[in-house]
Amino acid sequence: MTISSLIDTPSELTDSASNKTAIVLMTRVRLARNLAGYSFPGWAKPAQRDEILTACRAAVSATPQMKRSLNVSIGELSDLERQILVERHLISRELSGMKGGAGVIISKDQAFSVMMNEEDHLRIQVLRAGFNLKKAWNTITDLDSALEEHLDFAFSPTLGYLTACPTNLGTGMRASAMMHLPALVISSQMEKVVRAVNQLGMVVRGLFGEGSDASGSIFQISNQTTLGESEEEIIKRLSSVLQSIVEHELNAREKLLEADAGKLLDKIGRAFGILQNSHLLSSSEAMNLLSLIRLGVDLSAFPDANRCVIDRLFIEAQPGHLQHAQKGEFEPGQRDVLRAARLRSEFANFPRPDFNFTNDSKN
Amino acid sequence: MANPLKCDLCSKPATVHLTQIVNNKVHKVDLCEACAQAKGVTDPSGFSLADLLLKASLNPEPTAGGMRCERCGFTQLDFKKHGRFGCPVCYETFRGIVEPMLENMHNGTAHAGKIPHRALERKTLYDRLTKLELDLTDAIKSERYEDAARTRDEINQVKQAFSQNSAR
Repeated sequence: MTISSLIDTPSELTDSASNKTAIVLMTRVRLARNLAGYSFPGWAKPAQRDEILTACRAAVSATPQMKRSLNVSIGELSDLERQILVERHLISRELSGMKGGAGVIISKDQAFSVMMNEEDHLRIQVLRAGFNLKKAWNTITDLDSALEEHLDFAFSPTLGYLTACPTNLGTGMRASAMMHLPALVISSQMEKVVRAVNQLGMVVRGLFGEGSDASGSIFQISNQTTLGESEEEIIKRLSSVLQSIVEHELNAREKLLEADAGKLLDKIGRAFGILQNSHLLSSSEAMNLLSLIRLGVDLSAFPDANRCVIDRLFIEAQPGHLQHAQKGEFEPGQRDVLRAARLRSEFANFPRPDFNFTNDSKN
Repeated sequence: MANPLKCDLCSKPATVHLTQIVNNKVHKVDLCEACAQAKGVTDPSGFSLADLLLKASLNPEPTAGGMRCERCGFTQLDFKKHGRFGCPVCYETFRGIVEPMLENMHNGTAHAGKIPHRALERKTLYDRLTKLELDLTDAIKSERYEDAARTRDEINQVKQAFSQNSAR
């Protein structure tokens, strides 16, 4: 499989949005694993990194999950291709910045990706649309067990899986959900939520983790600790936190409608107008407008079927995807023109908002 | 402010103040902008306050020379610099540093999750096989043929178990 065919293939993230993904856009579980008897990637000599990469590659590509996968070294990808993989959450920014001795294998449906020689020898991840942590864990543990057939992982009975950074010791698992929380943002409650979530031992980040902002009101929430609890316990704890955030978001939406429905509908209507008519759109403005339209879908101002269009645009409005679609590299200023044009054409055929739902709900 | 807070790491005026609660324990840290950037506070993915705090204050200052991992040559000073270890064996070498860190960093200090049973079993068998093969050479050398025969039988058993492990 080549990278351009991967980009043009329907994927878990861009094409499977459904009703149940209303607030939790996607869930992800990643496991950090290292081979016994080798230095961690950050400390290994180049020759050893290559050796590790070869061993991991052979084992990963032999698994049934990775049949007909994309199997590349980071060095052989262009900057734009790396950026696209980051925008799809298939590789980390850290991996995309590496030169030699690092690689990634991505399954055909883009649900699985295995990064090699990032911070750890292996970072095995699975992405699932919607709120699906348990299922994500079950599928990733299967892949992990399949790899265990061929690889001797560094493991200690007391410390669990040994990782380069002690913050990942034990399960080596980071489970996360990407949540769309526009009402909590509009009503300035996010700070409070972040604090509460931190107290429960979970972490809140922006859309692309790594210090990114929360444009589009999209947040990633994940477990902070990895040692001392089983994977199932961590997932159970995270799930209950996520569930309660979903409830808070729903409450906040209701309150916004009760307090001043006109104000909220105005935001949604204006967002629609701008998306249909603007000629310059930065990435972050586009994300915020799309977020309002998505909220509109959730409130039934637009048909449910259009939610997946928004979710696809969240990704396709990113700089890498935009440039790929235009087959070239463009300056940020030019990108804003292209982005606006792209969204104008998408929204030319988008159903007009129907704001009658507020009357229905009052009856 | 008459007495501005100083950065916990370099004593410049602190502009970044963080509070994190892990395991119902409050951790506070004050940093200047440069240290905050360097420690990845603006990069929340790699950032854990507990991690940082421990690196900043709880670790005894590594003395010149310090400990060194025999397997990979990683030193205590390297850990202070990178915040990451050199190889899996480092966790044995630097156990004295790691253990006190874990209490604040995690929800417990003992692994309670998945165990790679197959791989561990494979390793045990492999270690056993290596030992038996040495025994066999030994026995033959010193002409203890009964021992050699017994060892050979054992080797065959272990080899069989080994191939069963791989075949499963």
